[in-house]
Amino acid sequence: MKAEPVSGSLSRAFFALLRRDLLLAFRRRTELLFPVIFLLVVVSLFPLGIGPGPQLLARIAPGVIWIAALLATVISLDGLFRSDFEDGTMEQFVISGHPLTLISLAKIVAHWLVAGLPIVLLSPLLALWMNLPTESLGVMMLTLVLGTPILSLIGSIGVGLTISLKRGGQLLSLLVFPLYVPILIIATAAVMASSDALPYTQFLGLLLAGLITSLTLAPFAAAAALKISLS
Amino acid sequence: MLSVSDIVFERYFQPVFQPVSFELKGSELLLVTGANGCGKTTLIRVLAGILHPSAGKIGDLTGGMAYVGHYLGIKDDLSVLENLRFIRDFLGTSNRSCSELIRHVGLTRVAEQQARTLSAGQRKRCALARLLVSEAKLWLLDEPYSNLDQEGVELVDRMLSDHLGAGGACVLATHGAHRPDWAGTIDYHLVSGAAT
Repeated sequence: MKAEPVSGSLSRAFFALLRRDLLLAFRRRTELLFPVIFLLVVVSLFPLGIGPGPQLLARIAPGVIWIAALLATVISLDGLFRSDFEDGTMEQFVISGHPLTLISLAKIVAHWLVAGLPIVLLSPLLALWMNLPTESLGVMMLTLVLGTPILSLIGSIGVGLTISLKRGGQLLSLLVFPLYVPILIIATAAVMASSDALPYTQFLGLLLAGLITSLTLAPFAAAAALKISLS
Repeated sequence: MLSVSDIVFERYFQPVFQPVSFELKGSELLLVTGANGCGKTTLIRVLAGILHPSAGKIGDLTGGMAYVGHYLGIKDDLSVLENLRFIRDFLGTSNRSCSELIRHVGLTRVAEQQARTLSAGQRKRCALARLLVSEAKLWLLDEPYSNLDQEGVELVDRMLSDHLGAGGACVLATHGAHRPDWAGTIDYHLVSGAAT
């Protein structure tokens, strides 16, 4: 059956959902903090495990920070649609007649604000721990600003596909890590180039292109995946 | 308002129920009854557009629809009021105030409480309030009487007669312990399995 929205505009629905998701994230603060603490713990383990050699740490810093960011994102991803899926809210979204693409996009934006933005904001601290040269810090943050939304966007497709499985979280990581590899390579290449005083803008351009592509395509794919999971 | 012809839904290539056809107009109530496992919930979910029928046709609907199923779609971490306000903002309907609707379903005392603290019956009432927030013409109710006390059952009946009296329509699935009293009721007995 084709349902139509009773009335009201799509942007209003978008912001209502975004506000609700942020409110819910704030109410479940422990879930909010866990990926962030995980990120801090993972990065802090590297100087302990490898030894405090400033040169070596500086060399591996971009890779370590980015891998930790990937892991922290994947941990938080499973919650992106799960609670709405399990308590029947997703069915209500379908019936509302609002496009599922818009709903996915609102939830992805909320996920980035809650899980991606803290990584960007904490990156100066992580860079300090890893002895990253201060002149590379700006590039590091830029790659995170451009890259972490891509992680949320691509991840949402995987979440949509695995949401109907009871232990979907484990499959999810296998599904999305290969897709994260190009972002990891490009982002770390940019930071390393900048610490070697080489040009790095081409890498940032690639990340920006990736962001635009995934922003325009991923919500559609996530909505299609959700529809499959619902039936 | 809603016309359905010969819809079939197959799960693992086995039809869940025999082909369903009906015509529902305003102020009419379709009462779907049948034994446990005969596909009442599946039929409602097909009508809601959550599942796609394997065969048959469902006519286009104007005026929107609202659905109360087994999973109520209430967020545990939000209060009753916040839940309804979200639905209102999300659907863009705002003709009635949410606190008035909460009084209507008898939840005023717990309006500010988080939904996780509510009993099963109170949660059901919260979901029923959502029907009113949505202002939809067609209601799809899957076992609306479950978990409700006598007063709650009367509330559902009262809401139904208000809705049907105002020209709305409703498809209601129940295993038949209680049936609403409405003149324009069409009985539909759902039978599981393939067409005979």
